[in-house]
Amino acid sequence: MKLSLTVNGTQHDIDVEPRTLLVHALRDTLDLTATNIGCDTTSCGACTVLVDGESVKSCTVLAASVAGQSVTTMEGLAQGDTWHAVQQGFRDCHGLQCGFCTPGMVMAAVSLLAENPKPTADDVRHGLEGNLCRCTGYHNIVAAVLSAAEASK
Amino acid sequence: MSILGTRVLRVEDPKFLTTGGVYADDLRDPRLAGAGHVTYVRSVMAHARITVDAQAARELPGVIAVFTADDFADLDPPPPPMPFIAPALARPWLTKDVVRYVGEPIAAIVTEDRYAGEDAAEMVSIDYEPLPVVVDPRAAATDEVVLHPAHGSNTALAFETGQLEGLFDGCEVVVRREITNQRVAPVPLEVRSAACAWGDDDRLTFWASTQSPHGARDFIAGALKLDKDKVHFITPDVGGGFGAKFSVSVEDLLLAVMAQRVGRPMRWVETRTENLLGMGHGRAQLQTVTIGGSRDGKIEAYSLEVLQDTGAYPHFGAVLPFMTQMMATGVYDIPKLAVRTRSVATNTAPVLAYRGAGRPEATAAIERAMDLFAAEIDLDPAELRQRNLLPPERFPLTTPAGANYDSGEYAKALQAVLSAAGYDDLRAEQRRRRESGDRKALGIGVSVYVEITAGPEAGEEFARVNVKPDGSVVVYTGTSPHGQGHSTSFAMIAAEELGVPVERVTVVHGDTDLVARGGGTGGSRSLQLGGSAVHKGSLETVEKARDLAADMFEAAAGDVVLDKARGGFSVTGSPDEFRSWAEVAADADAEHGLIVDTDFQAEGATFPFGAHVAVVEVDLDTGQPRLIRHVTVDDAGPVLNPVIVEGQRHGGIAQGVSQALFEEVLYDADGNPQTTNLADYAFPSAAELPDFDLVEMATPSPLNPLGVKGIGEAGTIGATPAVQNAVVDAVAHLGVQHIEMPTTSERVWRAIREASS
Repeated sequence: MKLSLTVNGTQHDIDVEPRTLLVHALRDTLDLTATNIGCDTTSCGACTVLVDGESVKSCTVLAASVAGQSVTTMEGLAQGDTWHAVQQGFRDCHGLQCGFCTPGMVMAAVSLLAENPKPTADDVRHGLEGNLCRCTGYHNIVAAVLSAAEASK
Repeated sequence: MSILGTRVLRVEDPKFLTTGGVYADDLRDPRLAGAGHVTYVRSVMAHARITVDAQAARELPGVIAVFTADDFADLDPPPPPMPFIAPALARPWLTKDVVRYVGEPIAAIVTEDRYAGEDAAEMVSIDYEPLPVVVDPRAAATDEVVLHPAHGSNTALAFETGQLEGLFDGCEVVVRREITNQRVAPVPLEVRSAACAWGDDDRLTFWASTQSPHGARDFIAGALKLDKDKVHFITPDVGGGFGAKFSVSVEDLLLAVMAQRVGRPMRWVETRTENLLGMGHGRAQLQTVTIGGSRDGKIEAYSLEVLQDTGAYPHFGAVLPFMTQMMATGVYDIPKLAVRTRSVATNTAPVLAYRGAGRPEATAAIERAMDLFAAEIDLDPAELRQRNLLPPERFPLTTPAGANYDSGEYAKALQAVLSAAGYDDLRAEQRRRRESGDRKALGIGVSVYVEITAGPEAGEEFARVNVKPDGSVVVYTGTSPHGQGHSTSFAMIAAEELGVPVERVTVVHGDTDLVARGGGTGGSRSLQLGGSAVHKGSLETVEKARDLAADMFEAAAGDVVLDKARGGFSVTGSPDEFRSWAEVAADADAEHGLIVDTDFQAEGATFPFGAHVAVVEVDLDTGQPRLIRHVTVDDAGPVLNPVIVEGQRHGGIAQGVSQALFEEVLYDADGNPQTTNLADYAFPSAAELPDFDLVEMATPSPLNPLGVKGIGEAGTIGATPAVQNAVVDAVAHLGVQHIEMPTTSERVWRAIREASS
């Protein structure tokens, strides 16, 4: 089916099977491969993107169902060379190792801070419950998000 | 000022935080244009005779080819994955006639796109005629059901160290217990993925998510009977390995065969369900510990019997007991030791290496045994440990298990962690809660550990240092990082020794055409071997450059000095005579610059150590344990980059904690897996874990120029027994002596009930 997706501010007219998941449309049709797939059950959050500013797990959303809405992936987060505070926080606090969960984790954190700009460490831990990481033990991810919140004051 | 030991942020990160890493499934390489997508059809039964009819799948639109075992009958079977494993136990290309675990590949489907592959997999008809299933390793050891009749027995390996008989004669106190070190899943966030393409020159280019590109190249070349130089192996970004990706699997290998037969490039990415069914698991040991000593707390003898579950096709899991045996007595001065191990096949997924690989199992056993002994003689567990630690003046030493410990300050580590945790205050708080009848019981768990890294044999690693004519430096390493930050750490080493800014150094890894040789990344080997090779190569580069500069100056080499501050060479006493690195490199070769290849050979494996204190709260009404603090000393020698080392410790600790509290791969009695996705498998989120308190300590190893040991697995090894001991400690006053891992609410609640009834 033909549909129109707006991703990172650019409109794309694509032709995909009706059953195509948003994550596959992003990765396979549009070659936006930052967004990753880590599970089959909407558990890990590696595929998290923003749809109209809210975080969704793109492995559980049909591409067709977000036609006409605005999708943001990590590739679209920085404004030119200026990083989003969350990107900077992850860099400054070593909030990533292998980098696989990172795009989803970063987008979930962006969404978390939009809802709660001054979270406590506990808020961050519970707010990111749907995003799994095997490398960091979350210690530095929590620090990264708190650092981003601090920088955004 | 030296850059070594400073907090340098990772050079890797800008890519990962903007466009994202390029993992195998992200490859858009032109050589992969037109690639077929591979989908494996896997067994849904644990042990059965099968007949396969794939005709309906072949007829579906979008299907390019369907392969079953018969299609590969002309090939020799793939080689065994490890030395010491009988060829009769090795995995076939695809299984024929009999399946031996749920998830075993039966057919391979090649389609135009991934959705068509899933459709076609549904159309492969498989008749299963059930065979008796053996899931429990104790039953497997009886050989009542034999998985591999050609091998004749389920036992893949067995060995003994020391004499069990009479070992505890003369001990006043002897404690014996069976302990399960449960099967867990490695769960790298990136599942297995690979791609390959044959070139017009009959050369195979192979990309796969692995920790060991040269090892993978050699395995592929061996299996396909190709010269090694006919295989170009490239490791893209790898989304975590944790030991489970140390090699490549038969599913990977088959891509090359199918690419040849179909005449197209191939690519494959598994699902998480396939990953949990088929990649393989870790740990999986049934242990019997016996510990004996005097009533005043001197341990005199220790025995460890290990029944290792290898899964259906023995792999790395079969040899895990070697490492468990070697580290059996841990940090303690125990004169008498006996170890007896047996590795047996069961109708479950193969057991692989998982962060620590045999060493966490050894530490868990002895550290639990120490607590059991302490409880038996009514002595504080920290005090019992202090009385039995190997003292620093004994190093270097050889243990009764035959391990050559290089350096260790165990008492200092224990003291440091007890002091940082406020151990005495914690015990006082525990007493207060017990006396007041608080329903939130406090538990304090201690572990002291030592492990072996870059072993068991003395390792070696390759490095090339190339100073370019523009003065920039490219370092080539045979290690293969997948999150460990070698591009930052190794650049720091070269920058330090050459006297160039770290920003001018780039690190190349993971490509067998660019890097001559290498051992990959695993067993916490990388910094001590790969980093030492970069260090050695850098020093040799300085020497070679000094000779070149001397010729340029027309001076004696002995009068030429490296001026690190200025990034070049000058003549003693004539600082105006100066040649920059760029000038010297251009003089060596105007196009390529100055190139030095070197290999670092270690004198032996190293033995990092540390001590952990875990503090848990247990709800006495529900049994729920919660880790509220975790304090660690993890001493792996001098720290090159604290940012990276802390990250390694955090991640390792989390995995160790999670084995103690949450994770377990479960099969039912018929071999049906119960934990096949991340909704069922208890993978922890941020909400289940606390921050970790890290205490610094650095005892150098004499075995390499950097004095470093491996840090990758330390946290995992120390954390698990500390947390398990803490959970038991929380309810010890109710009469509980032991709780198996994972110490779930249900297990804790049952233990409390049983102790009070």
